[in-house]
Amino acid sequence: MPDHPGQSLSHTTNTPFGWLVLVVPVAIWAVYAMMVIRQGQRGRSWPGWRSISFVAGIALTAAAVSPPVMGLAHHDLRGHMVQHLALGMVAPLGLVLAAPLTLLLRTVPTGAGRAIARLLRSRPMRLLSHPTTALVLNIGGMYILYLTPLFALSMEYPSLHWLIMVHFLAAGYLFTWAIAGPDPAPHRPGITVRTIVLVLSLGLHAFLGKFMYAHLLPTSVPFEADQVKDAAVLMYYGGDFAEFLLAIVLFSGWYRLRQRQRQRAAMSRGWS
Amino acid sequence: MASRNGTQLLWSTVLLGIGVMAAIDEIVFHQLLHWHHFYDGSSSDVALFSDGLLHGAELVLMVAGFFLFRDALSQGPIRQTRAWGGFFLGAGAFQLFDGLIDHKVLNLHEIRYNVDLLPYDLLWNGFGVLLIVVSLVLLRLSTDRGSTHTTRSR
Repeated sequence: MPDHPGQSLSHTTNTPFGWLVLVVPVAIWAVYAMMVIRQGQRGRSWPGWRSISFVAGIALTAAAVSPPVMGLAHHDLRGHMVQHLALGMVAPLGLVLAAPLTLLLRTVPTGAGRAIARLLRSRPMRLLSHPTTALVLNIGGMYILYLTPLFALSMEYPSLHWLIMVHFLAAGYLFTWAIAGPDPAPHRPGITVRTIVLVLSLGLHAFLGKFMYAHLLPTSVPFEADQVKDAAVLMYYGGDFAEFLLAIVLFSGWYRLRQRQRQRAAMSRGWS
Repeated sequence: MASRNGTQLLWSTVLLGIGVMAAIDEIVFHQLLHWHHFYDGSSSDVALFSDGLLHGAELVLMVAGFFLFRDALSQGPIRQTRAWGGFFLGAGAFQLFDGLIDHKVLNLHEIRYNVDLLPYDLLWNGFGVLLIVVSLVLLRLSTDRGSTHTTRSR
């Protein structure tokens, strides 16, 4: 079937670049591991579960863009949805919980650390890291992808398809970090604003899932109606699951902070 | 101090009640019985939109309720009647809201299909009202005891 749009991608998946999916993750793990070892050498501890979270986040990302999964996602919209959820919602959670920025700031010399902090405090970064911006980039991107002919286009142009994968991961990371990340953010608003943004994000994601189910979207794709509906249901419940986890991260962080504040208040009362 | 703790306890249990009822609705009626439908072809896009936002709020607020409740517990003994009162209030409010707004006003889906709906609707909403009545009695009991406690401490 030479006219099948799947052809254009199936030959990218056979390109010699497939090995990158193995080499790049190992290189990234090595950098993280080196920074953790450096912490140990300086006598400072780094929680083991953060390292595990990092390994899992990178592994999931690599698996989601590996040639077999890319091929599956191209021929089956349900496969694409699983890929979307893994890249845009679950893998970012693993990566954000690994606190790579905190680890980097602890490892680099003071001068470089100051430069990074200055960069984080710069106006563009403050704007970018606001939960509202992250929400627009993350959920807005999905609306554009699934409600316009962009999705159909991405099936024909592999480079566009890759760009969208990168966007999923980057926007998902940005959103997770802005809402709940343990890493410092230059201008993270209070818990109320972050809760509202999280509710909006979940709500807009759930609506998009049902809207796609009701109107059989994305348009002009070579998939059966039942498959499109299954993909929409998958998107709805997958989004629920991922954002439920994110809500747990957000509120457990709030809870720990409250407990610490209360302990500190009790201690200062004891001293006076 | 005690009353502020009481407010947090009430809110956290109301949120937990909403969340638990929403979870029962999803697990029992959507997934196990298949009575409710994901989309039944009769809802407008506006209804789907408001449903999406409400759904998002339920899920996030349930988690918020859990951690608020944990935080309230850590501050010392709680008044159990108040906690249960809040829980039933949230559960009943969700049940009634789902029965009236979701099923009737927004027309998202019915309780069950191809059956006479009236007994189902009456039972569904009647149960919601019952939960709210129970919660108001419990909350009344807890405030009565609370106010005598406050007067005595003064």
